[in-house]
Formats: sequence, structure tokens, C-alpha cells
Amino acid sequence: MRRRSPAILITAVLFTVAACGPPNPAGTERPGTATPASDSASSSKYGFAPAPQEDGKLVVWVDSTRLDAAKAYQAAHPGAQLDIVTYDGNANGSNSLKTKVQLFNRAGEGWPDVVFTTDNNTASWASQGSGAFVAPLDKGLIDRNTLSGFAKGALDVCTVDGTVYCLRNDLAQVVLWYNKKLLDEFGYEVPATWEEYQALGERVAAEHPGYLVGTAGDAWAPEIYMWGAQCPANQVTAAKAITVKATDPACVRAAKLIDKLVANKTMSLLPLFGPDFAKNQGDKVLMLPGPAWYGGAVFQGALKTPKGTLAVGDALHWADQSPPVTGNVGGGAWWVSRHSARLEAARDFVTWVTTADAYQVDKSPGYPAYSPAAAKWIAKQQDSGYYAGDIAAPITAAADQVWPGWGSPEFSQEAVWAKTVIPAQTAGKTVESLLPEWQTAIEQQAQVLGYQVAG
Amino acid sequence: MSAPAMAAAGSRAGSRSRAWRPAAGHVFVSGYVVLLVAFGLVPTAYALNLAFTDAGGRFAGLANFVRTAQDHRFLAAVGHVGTYLALWLVTLTVLVLALALLVHRLAAAWSRAVLRFVYYVPGALAGASSVLLWLFMLDPSVSPIDGVVRTLWGSTFVAVVAPGHLPWLFTIIAFWTGAGGWIVIMYGALNSIPHEVIEAARVDGAGPLRTALRVQLPMLRKWIVYMLILSLAAGTQLFVEPQLISQASFGVVGTDYSLNQLAYLYAFDQNDFNGSAAIAIDLLIVALCCAGLFVAKGGLFDAD
Repeated sequence: MRRRSPAILITAVLFTVAACGPPNPAGTERPGTATPASDSASSSKYGFAPAPQEDGKLVVWVDSTRLDAAKAYQAAHPGAQLDIVTYDGNANGSNSLKTKVQLFNRAGEGWPDVVFTTDNNTASWASQGSGAFVAPLDKGLIDRNTLSGFAKGALDVCTVDGTVYCLRNDLAQVVLWYNKKLLDEFGYEVPATWEEYQALGERVAAEHPGYLVGTAGDAWAPEIYMWGAQCPANQVTAAKAITVKATDPACVRAAKLIDKLVANKTMSLLPLFGPDFAKNQGDKVLMLPGPAWYGGAVFQGALKTPKGTLAVGDALHWADQSPPVTGNVGGGAWWVSRHSARLEAARDFVTWVTTADAYQVDKSPGYPAYSPAAAKWIAKQQDSGYYAGDIAAPITAAADQVWPGWGSPEFSQEAVWAKTVIPAQTAGKTVESLLPEWQTAIEQQAQVLGYQVAG
Repeated sequence: MSAPAMAAAGSRAGSRSRAWRPAAGHVFVSGYVVLLVAFGLVPTAYALNLAFTDAGGRFAGLANFVRTAQDHRFLAAVGHVGTYLALWLVTLTVLVLALALLVHRLAAAWSRAVLRFVYYVPGALAGASSVLLWLFMLDPSVSPIDGVVRTLWGSTFVAVVAPGHLPWLFTIIAFWTGAGGWIVIMYGALNSIPHEVIEAARVDGAGPLRTALRVQLPMLRKWIVYMLILSLAAGTQLFVEPQLISQASFGVVGTDYSLNQLAYLYAFDQNDFNGSAAIAIDLLIVALCCAGLFVAKGGLFDAD
């Protein structure tokens, strides 16, 4: 005869409970009890109430590309005490900085002193409210002369209510990169408009199948094609308000352009930094619309494009755009923590890495946001002999053509596109057919974060 | 001794026999109990407190549960985890038992030892490491089994990690890393079945298949239930696999695929720890109900 033990239920509960811990941190601080973001401490020379200042290592978070910046600073300042931490830089909308900061806010400690991000969303979530993380820079922390040296509009992406919260590392205006050697060999003209670009793509498909005029397999594809088309899918109208019109005719024509070139196989759906692209299509690139940093990171780095073949054309625009505009992909920024106990060291670090020739001119792969460095950087690139023809004029001109109508909300448009559009595109759907889904995905993501959404 | 004195002595003896006395068993389980309280019961109580209060600490009733359940990502995540659990638990049970029976039937002792070792090796890789290994296995451009990957799932990594493939991929990863240990355990359990019972079945004319189905598997019932409960608890907490695949696919797989990821986003993206705790409690309730069902139907704690 079987006997049922009274411990059965208790043990079953314990079994399961043992395996089901909640995903909560150990901190018990409630939201709102972290260091307040009030800037009422006008008596402070920084324009906000700083944490007690003390000696110690400056904790710097960088992505792998900006590791050179931190190392260059260390080399130039042997006495400086740095604790350099490498993380993903928030690339592809990973949101890793925000998740870490929320945890640090909860614990009341752990924040890095200085952070680099590849995206421009940080100011929207980290500058306001009780959980504010980034320090205002134009209230006394950073020298006025330094701030005024940045390119016009460069600091707009991290300016909230008139206060600047970051120093921009580089600008990422979209231009047209092309293989001059191949283009001359095929007898093609460099396109000036998206209409000419599409026509050329159709010719390439017919006359030189296998060669590419662009890629759309990365999360930042909308920042090249949609942003450049003045697609009103991402208009931040207030701190917590966004207007989304992803099915607007401006978006539709950009979608049709992508669909046409993907269909004729002149636009790749492989991610640029994936192992497949460099291996199988790297030597088939005739041209790529892309940001200023493509020259260093993509062509010299990932694709190992030979010297003397790569050139830059003016940013493509639609024929009816007046004035012509272009898109922008990233352009990183440096942020200082308002919780830092080493603000002087943090100030020195961010000022140096954004303005010093030893990094921005000598080592930076992207077009510096600090104007004096930008002029030297572009001259150095030109003098390097790597590029074919004049790259200074188109890149410099495009810096002033970035359309200001594409916002920087709390969430990443790259993450929304990557999750919503790319898998469906890979499965054979057209971007045009996916525009309503893209619209819904943006709206839902905005609503999750408390935005008022207008369509 | 007088009768009353004897009675009193007897009474004291009886009360001593009924009184609680520490035994070796209590010492053995004490470490587990301490850890269970510290890392199981206390966090659960904390989560319960958060789930039924708002950000200001005021009682909120079921508001956090309703709000999170209405989130557009919630039902999708429930579907993802449910599909994965169904695939994972069924394939785990069938394949672990089949492989354990197979090893048990091998005649040569050396081959049994070798196979047990081979089964166990993948489990030696910690969770995140095994997922990283599989990221290489699943990327057709670098995979050593790229022919198989291309045939089954597609020629690019983005095609491989298409939404419809993910439950299967997570099942394969989980089986690869977790099944070996269970095969070894089931093999041990098969060894505990008395030889006379198997011999009697053979004498009665049962072949290998009938012996397995009518004799061995019923006698392994409690072990199977034990495996299912622990695997269910682990499976409902799907997190590392989709999180790493999300990074490797540059965001093509979202960071809100599973319920645990959603709870993570609530806490560290939306700064909503109360909503996060509500999702954690949802998971706890489901796991408890399923574990209770397994225990009741499987007779895990029945004394023979």
C-alpha cells in the first residue's frame, strides 16, 4: 500500500523556488532615491551638485574602436590613473549602457566616470529626472572655448532644454563611397541623386552581375536611406512625444529603392561587419552609400580595400530635395557621470580625446566633430595617398547637409529596424510591404517608454 | 520501582521518543537549507513584495500583473517560451531515455564507459560558453557543419536565426549542454533495477523493447519526473541563449524574446522593478503548477 508523505507539497514548492530566483538586483533602493538630478546647486562651479571629490582611478568605458583613444590619453598622460573597461558601446541598439546605469542607480554606486557611446540616444534618458546619470557640460565643467570649437549642430544630439550633456567624438554624415578604379573600368559616372543611383544599380545588375552598389543588411540601414529621404518616421516633438509616419511617400520611395536593388542583387542583405560579407562580397563593392567612418572602419578595416581605389562622392539626395539633405549613422559621443568623484580628471579626459590631435587627427577612424581637428584629419586622410581623388570637399559639404528631422528618442531606431524589418526582408518580403509593421513597432516601443505617439 | 514511578518513567521515555532530536540527516541538509533560504526564499519574498506594490511602496493589488500582461511583448514571449518548453521537454525525455537504454544494453564494459564519458563532455561547458560555441556552429560562414546548417536553416546567419527556427535551435543547444548528465543519471537508475526482475521478464518471453516499455521505464518513473521538474524550472528561465544570439545577430533577434528577458527589460530599461517582479512571479506560479502536476502524477514522493 502506498503512503503519501505530507512533505510532498512543501518539497515540490522548494524544488521550484530553488530554481526560480527573480531577476532582481540585490539593491533595495527605490526609484527616486539616487543622487538627484537637480541643478539647483548653482553655487557649484560645475552647475550641478557634485559627489564628494577624491583621488583614485578614473573609470572609463569605451567600445573596442575607442580603446585607442583611452590608450592614447594614457600614453600622453603617464601619471593619469585609468581603469579602462571595454563594452559594446551601445552599438546596434543594444541598450547595454542604460541597463547598467539603471542597475547602478538601484545600487547607488558603480557608475563609470566617463562613457563613450556609438549612439545619440543617451541624453534623452540619462539627463533628466531622479535617475539622471550624465552631467551637464556647459554649466562650468567644460571650457566655453572648447565647446565653441565643435562643428555647428554637432552637439545638438545631446542638448536637452538648451543644456549640453556630451562632447561629440565624430560626425557620421552619409556620403557616397565608391571604387574609382572599378567605376572607371566599367565606364560609369558617379551618381549625384538617388534616382541616378537606382538607374546605375539597374545597369550594374544587367552588365556586371555580382557587383554591389549598396548594402541594407545592417541595423543602421534606415539611417542611410530613410533619414536621407526625409522619411518622417522618427520625429521627436517633445521630451516624451514622437510623431511616426512610416508610410509617408518619402519613406515609400526610399523603400522602393531598396526593394528594387535588393531584387536585382546589387544591394546586399549581409551585415557589413559579419564574416560573410568580407569573405564573399568584399571585393565586389562598386559603391556604398554610408557614413564618414566607412572609410576607416569598413574599407580599410573590414574589407582591406587596396590603396588608390577608394573615392568619395557627394552625398546622394533626391532630385526634388531643396536644399539637398543626407542621413547620419551614429557619430559617437563622450559623457561624464554626474556621480563622478573625479570630475577634474574626467573633464581633462573628455576634452583631450575629443580635441587633441594625438587622437583625433592621428588615430581616429572617423571625421572629428571638433572643427580644428576635422580640418587636419581630412587633410591627413587626403595626404595619406590611400584615397583616389578629393575626399575633403564631399565629406565636409555633407557635414552641413544632415537632415535635422530625424530625432534621438530614448529607444534605438536601429533595434526596432533590426528586429522588425531585417528578418522579414531575409525571408523575402519587401521593405515597402513592411512599412506598416515598422510603423507599429516604432509606436509600440515608444509607448512602452511612455511616449505620446502621433501618427 | 513503584508503579507510579514506573509510569512516570515510561511517560518521560515516551515524550523523549516523540521529541525532536537532531540527526545526521539534518546536518547533511543544513547547508542546502541555508542556501535555499538565502538565494531562493528571501529573493522570492522580495519579488512578491515588489510585485504587489508600486514604485512608492504602496499596495497595488494586481495592477503590476495586469499592466505587464497587457504589454504587447508579453503574449509573444509566453508563446516563445511555451513552444520551446514543449519541444525541449519532449525531446529531452525521449532521447535521454533512448540513449540511456542503449548504453545500458551494450555488452562491453569499456564501450559503456566511453559512451557515458562522451555524453557527459558537452555538459562540462558552462551555459554561456556553450551558447558561444553554438554561435559558431550555427553561422554558415564559419561553421564546421556548414553543409548541414545551410540545408536545414539557410545560407546566412540571419536566415538561420529566423523566428521560426529559434525554438529548435534553443532546444538543440539545451539538449547538447544538459542531456549528457541526465543520460548518466538514467543509466545509474537502470542499474538499480534488480537483475532478477529483468531475468523474469526475459523468461516470460519479453524482448528488449517490451522489457524497456513494460518493466524498465515504469521503474524509472520517479527519475523521469525529477528530470522534468528541474528541466522545466530551467527552461522557463530562458535568457542566456536569446540574449547572446541577439548580440551576435546585431539585434535581428530581439532582446524581448523570452519572459525572463522581458523582466530584465522592465527592470533595467524601463526602471520598472515592480513590473519585472510581477513577470517573475508569473513564471514562478506556472513552474509551481507544472511541478505540482508532475509530482502528483509521477508519484515522486510516494513510499513503496
